[in-house]
Amino acid sequence: MGAILELHDLHTRFPIYNAWGRRTGWLRAVDGVSLTVTRGDVLGVVGESGCGKTTIGKTIAGIHAPAAGSIRFEGHDISTLSPRQGRAFRKGLQYCYQDPGASLDPHWRIGRSLSEPLAIHTGLSRTDRHARVREVLAAVGLPEGHLTLYPHEISGGQQRRVGLARILMVQPSLVVLDEPTSGLDVSVQAIVLRLFLDLRERFGLTYLFISHDLAVVRLMSQRIAVMYLGRVVELGVTEQVFVAPRHPYTRSLLAAVPVVGGRRVSTDFALEGEPPDPVNKPTGCAFRTRCERAEARCAAEEPALRTLANGIQAACHFAE
Amino acid sequence: MHPDLLSVQDVSVSFSTEGGTAHVLDAVSLTLRLGEIMGLVGESGCGKTTLARTILGALPPNARVRGAAISFDGRDLLTIDPREAASEIRGRAITFVPQDPFSAFNPLFTVGDQIFELMRWKSPDRRPFEAGYNRARRRSDRDRALTLLRRVQLPDPERLLKKYPHELSGGQRQRLMIAMALLPEPRLVIADEPTTALDVTIQAQILMLLRQLAVERGVSVLLTTHDLGTAWEICDRVTVMYAGQTLETAPIDAFFQAPALPYTRLLLDSLPSGEAPLRGIPGEVPSLVSAPSGCRFHPRCPSASEVCRVSRPPLSEPGPGHWVRCHHGLVG
Repeated sequence: MGAILELHDLHTRFPIYNAWGRRTGWLRAVDGVSLTVTRGDVLGVVGESGCGKTTIGKTIAGIHAPAAGSIRFEGHDISTLSPRQGRAFRKGLQYCYQDPGASLDPHWRIGRSLSEPLAIHTGLSRTDRHARVREVLAAVGLPEGHLTLYPHEISGGQQRRVGLARILMVQPSLVVLDEPTSGLDVSVQAIVLRLFLDLRERFGLTYLFISHDLAVVRLMSQRIAVMYLGRVVELGVTEQVFVAPRHPYTRSLLAAVPVVGGRRVSTDFALEGEPPDPVNKPTGCAFRTRCERAEARCAAEEPALRTLANGIQAACHFAE
Repeated sequence: MHPDLLSVQDVSVSFSTEGGTAHVLDAVSLTLRLGEIMGLVGESGCGKTTLARTILGALPPNARVRGAAISFDGRDLLTIDPREAASEIRGRAITFVPQDPFSAFNPLFTVGDQIFELMRWKSPDRRPFEAGYNRARRRSDRDRALTLLRRVQLPDPERLLKKYPHELSGGQRQRLMIAMALLPEPRLVIADEPTTALDVTIQAQILMLLRQLAVERGVSVLLTTHDLGTAWEICDRVTVMYAGQTLETAPIDAFFQAPALPYTRLLLDSLPSGEAPLRGIPGEVPSLVSAPSGCRFHPRCPSASEVCRVSRPPLSEPGPGHWVRCHHGLVG
């Protein structure tokens, strides 16, 4: 199947102002990212906080404007369209917020929140809208009685279901899931993740799955993109990346995840320090300040993402 | 076998709220040995933080505590003179590492100011009821602080003392929090979800540090977490709580390899792993205002029977040091 979303050399940046309101620099949150998402796939995007994974999702969804580069969604370049023109195309591309509890209007009953997208994006009559709301509500596994409740009256797991139901209303083909399980307990997380997989089958969805939880991404995604300071440093089939990561950052990231019943990470974890300030990135490879293998070459030239023998792409001078 | 440092016996805590009385802890028992790291795990709202605060004596005023005893180092914290608790126990013999290193500091004072404010009252050199803070003590406290800041791998401690909290990253603030919790030379550190707000790479660094320091200084740690991976990393024993009850306590290997409690098994099955299909726990955590009778987990438990609804399960010991409260507790 073809590509549903293609990012080419995408840049998103935010101005930095000093105390007197003068612009002193740019925070390059997304710094030249090229990605392809295949229709029907789940692409996981992982990285530490501040690596730009949420900004990518929001740029795709049209919440931030890209500074350069293109976003092709279902064959159309949506990065250069005006918001009004973009809206018609973006109906099929929905963004699921990190915290649905905060993104639902606390004054609105859930039924009203759910039918709002239908009123905006479709010409359905009131009765048709009600029928559709009930249908989707059942699909995400919530009882009909919830339509008359307010967001604060339901649990965190149920709020996620409502957030998802609201997105499914307009029959999207691509859903950007931004940290969809953060803040949930494992018992609820497992149920929500299974729901994502069921809904993907049922509605033919493609997911861009943004998460810092590597175990969850491994379970959910076919392909994975590892980000560090605004750039993709490794990209490939999830299982291959997890079994044999090629970029030293990916190796450290995977080594940091506790595996219950396995080797204890905290006995010999090697990665020191924290990511550098994204406003003043190191020259050359951004990871060199924490990398064991860093040499003079890493400071001089920035490694490009190149395809290795097993099909994985990695941005490291020494990857093979 | 190490002697017990802390022993909580049948302690109940209730809060009077507008909706009725919430029984947040129901006859909870827990022991902590000298020098061990005990993990207190459970889902949100199970009472982990309330138990931690009860031990610390830092509950809000609408809380009502009943129970046999909380004995700590030979003293009963339930009946101790409040002034003694404030000066000798809280922040001194028992210290606290909060969940969120972002809101735990006062943004208007430098790191150094906040360390000296703490040490003025809680320094191990302070004589009982000493009100002043003389230069000699200040100097020795400063040396002690700098040594510890270096030990937790904070760069350039001298300059750090002059910085404000917002100039530090999350990982640095949590290192600083751990250093400050250890400065009064406590016997017990209560760490409430110390790595929840941090990235995995930073989490691994912090957990490693916490474990090393606990071993080095012979400090016991009570670590609350909802993340079983964190518990696996550094704990010696684990206690599981559900809806305000402590249901299982086991040495770390037994806990993960042979859990006796159905709830523990379900929690472990909920972890995303490569092989097994995902299983969650159906249903919701019950309201603590009208908690279920008997075993509080029975409405969601796959092996529940009539007896679970009627009576609270007795304590049984399926293995050495492994205690469980379940009518159907399975061995092995």
